[in-house]
Amino acid sequence: MSNLAISQKLQAGIESQSAGNQYLTFMLAGEEYGIDILRVREIKGLENATQIPNTPPHVLGVINLRGNVIPVVDLRLRFGMERVEYNQLTVVIVVRAQCADRERTIGLVVDTVSDVYNIQSEGVHPSPDFGSAVDTSFVQGIASVDDKMVILLDIDKLVREEI
Amino acid sequence: MSDDLSEFHDVFFEEAEDLVETMEAELLELLNDASDPERINTIFRAAHSIKGGSATFGFAHIAGFTHVMETLMDEIREGSKTPTPDLVDLLLKSTDGVRAMIAAAKAKDSYDEAIIATLKSELEKRLGSGTDVPHTQDSPIPGAAKAASGTHWKIQFRPAADSFRTANDPLAILQELSKLGTLSSRALLDELPDLTQYRFDEQYLGWHLDLHTDCDEAAIHEIFDWLDETSVVAIERVTDASMAAGQSTAVATPVPVAQPAPALIAATIVAEAAAEPQTAPSAPSPIVSPVQDSAPARKNTDPDAKAKSSQNTSIRVGTEKIDKLINLVGELVITQSMLTEEGEKLPAELAESLKEGLAQLQRYTRELQESVMQIRMVPISTVFNRMPRMIHDLSAKLGKKVDLKMVGEQTELDKTVMESIGDPLNHLVRNAVDHGIEMPDVRREKGKSETGEILLSACHESGNIVIQITDNGGGINRDKVLAKGRAAGLVGADEILADAAIYDLLFQPGFSTADQVSDVSGRGVGMDVVRRNIQALGGSVEVSSIYGEGSIFTIRLPLTLAIVDGQIVKLGQHVFVIPLISIVESIQLDRKQVSSLAARGELYRLRDEYIPIVRLSQLFSLSDPSNQEQLMVVVESDQGKVGLLVDDLLAQQQVVIKSMESNFRKVDGIAGATILGNGRVALIMDINGVAALARTSRNGFGQAA
Repeated sequence: MSNLAISQKLQAGIESQSAGNQYLTFMLAGEEYGIDILRVREIKGLENATQIPNTPPHVLGVINLRGNVIPVVDLRLRFGMERVEYNQLTVVIVVRAQCADRERTIGLVVDTVSDVYNIQSEGVHPSPDFGSAVDTSFVQGIASVDDKMVILLDIDKLVREEI
Repeated sequence: MSDDLSEFHDVFFEEAEDLVETMEAELLELLNDASDPERINTIFRAAHSIKGGSATFGFAHIAGFTHVMETLMDEIREGSKTPTPDLVDLLLKSTDGVRAMIAAAKAKDSYDEAIIATLKSELEKRLGSGTDVPHTQDSPIPGAAKAASGTHWKIQFRPAADSFRTANDPLAILQELSKLGTLSSRALLDELPDLTQYRFDEQYLGWHLDLHTDCDEAAIHEIFDWLDETSVVAIERVTDASMAAGQSTAVATPVPVAQPAPALIAATIVAEAAAEPQTAPSAPSPIVSPVQDSAPARKNTDPDAKAKSSQNTSIRVGTEKIDKLINLVGELVITQSMLTEEGEKLPAELAESLKEGLAQLQRYTRELQESVMQIRMVPISTVFNRMPRMIHDLSAKLGKKVDLKMVGEQTELDKTVMESIGDPLNHLVRNAVDHGIEMPDVRREKGKSETGEILLSACHESGNIVIQITDNGGGINRDKVLAKGRAAGLVGADEILADAAIYDLLFQPGFSTADQVSDVSGRGVGMDVVRRNIQALGGSVEVSSIYGEGSIFTIRLPLTLAIVDGQIVKLGQHVFVIPLISIVESIQLDRKQVSSLAARGELYRLRDEYIPIVRLSQLFSLSDPSNQEQLMVVVESDQGKVGLLVDDLLAQQQVVIKSMESNFRKVDGIAGATILGNGRVALIMDINGVAALARTSRNGFGQAA
């Protein structure tokens, strides 16, 4: 699906506040991840971020989002996946997260955005426990859409661990 | 109705908080000088305003409580009570109670009802002759006649034309009156203009009111108390004969004319449109007077009146509005510098007028920015004014005598800085009373006056505000501090320290020299927090002292946290901003002057000084480490001078500071971020943070790898 088509779908999804169960999905090393569409502020192209001293490699730095300074995190690196060259499909999903009684805006770098799905809560399965092998603390659940597996992320938890 | 009012709640809270502060300040003054009647009037008026406001907004508990305070103040005003220190103390505690209730109402929270009930009954005990009078409607307004049961009153009431705009709803007053007894009213329509001239927010009506009530004149007056002085109210007592005549003309018919404001006429009040004037020849001549005259002593002392005159020159604006304005101006500055940068690239002969325009734009943008920053500047008196109360309570508790003097309360600083300086300042003043000032007998033995002095001063000094807390107490025992420092392992056994370094120990975590730990201070937490808080604001705190004669704590703070003059420096592909104020000098690096120290650090010999070198790209673990490092920027940190190695110096410019914490977290060595002319983010260095980081980090004052 083209980026334009997704942004239109995204807009529609955000506007129909009734949704609640709509998820924006994106790809990371062939896996499909979903986040609550109401948390998505915008999708933008990747730009040069200003590096922050003494931060882990997945924190790419801070960027200027219309006068606001927001951090950008590479989710591939965050999840311990292999680093790849950024290309024209690479995007930053700007999300709002609630942590420490404040709303924070943060950019997530992903391989590409994929689609917008309606996922009912009964279709969400709890994430299996991999013990210490795989960190699943910020996985909200697993859902299947058209025989595909979508990993739903808990944005608040994810961002809280960055800050 | 209550829903409509809720949007005004914030205004009420804000005003009520101000009024509580006024009350508190005046009460404290009252302790020093009880002779000034103005003072008592101001307190009375403040209590009265809070009562009225809270009743209007449905906070009956606050209204009930302040009513008792008001009544008590009224008795003091009348002279039937003297404001003994004891009584003033109780009133001070009551202001705390009011403050707590307001805070609770604001947070939609509960308050400690037991405390309030105790305070209220304490207050009530003092009322009247000192006996327990639970609730008194008796108003001691001079000349108020106690009404005999079932008196008729004739009231002429013409609210001011701007009543609606000042939120004095005449209907509310009529309703209140009707609660006192049987009320019949006749509307006076003579001032009603032609429909074409009619203004919806203007009040044109007047009323003739007949009230049959058991209450006395004071109770009636109290209802009209809310009006400003342009409203006309005349209240007269009517003999039975004249009342009978009056009643005969009071035909109860609904108003047939177009009603300008239908809500004004309540169903319970019978309005009469008959235009002929009511005649009551046997009635005593009416005392027509502005309402204020019902309480003569209140004249000219009304804080509302003062507020009115200053209303022309100031308005209340939410800080978020100002912050938005400041943000926008910040953006404008960025856009402007971006345009200027682009303009520079054009050949002069082609773009002469464009460049002129850009220069002008730059000038106006600067002016605009300065003016906008000025809006947030507030006098430091807001913080200073909290101190008298604190010192009063504290010195009473400790049995000390302390006199507080304040100088330079009008010195202005940024609101955000002021909000954050309150706690540290409070702590230092507390310490001055607790540790500084000696007990009266000790002072007498030393040949000092029994009353200790604390001087709180503020002034501007080269872009900073300097706040000093001076006490003439015992001073700091240098040797004791040093011994404590040695015992705590902060100072080596044979280490010799300069005085400044010894006093500096006071700011170390876990350090306290108080002989006894009291619940006031002396637990050893605090001074380090004070310093940390002040440093977080980009300021510093230091102490000097003469043992036996007193101490001076000096706080230096930037006037604003929103902008900083910065030097932009280049480090490989990275760009950082160094606050200009910390820069001592920048020099071309002469490799011959670099010497290593114990293979762990590097020192640079600059004239007769050795300055530790910080390699920023290592310290900050930057990717693409720079290897040019041709320049050294010498900066002054709280740990002394430090040399920062950079590739190049770029522009010097004023930058708008954006918090890193709002979307990320605090980063060591970084004070904030800013957006440069090209739209990119640059980080602003926190020089003290960089120095601290260098001391603790392996890559700190390090050798090049």
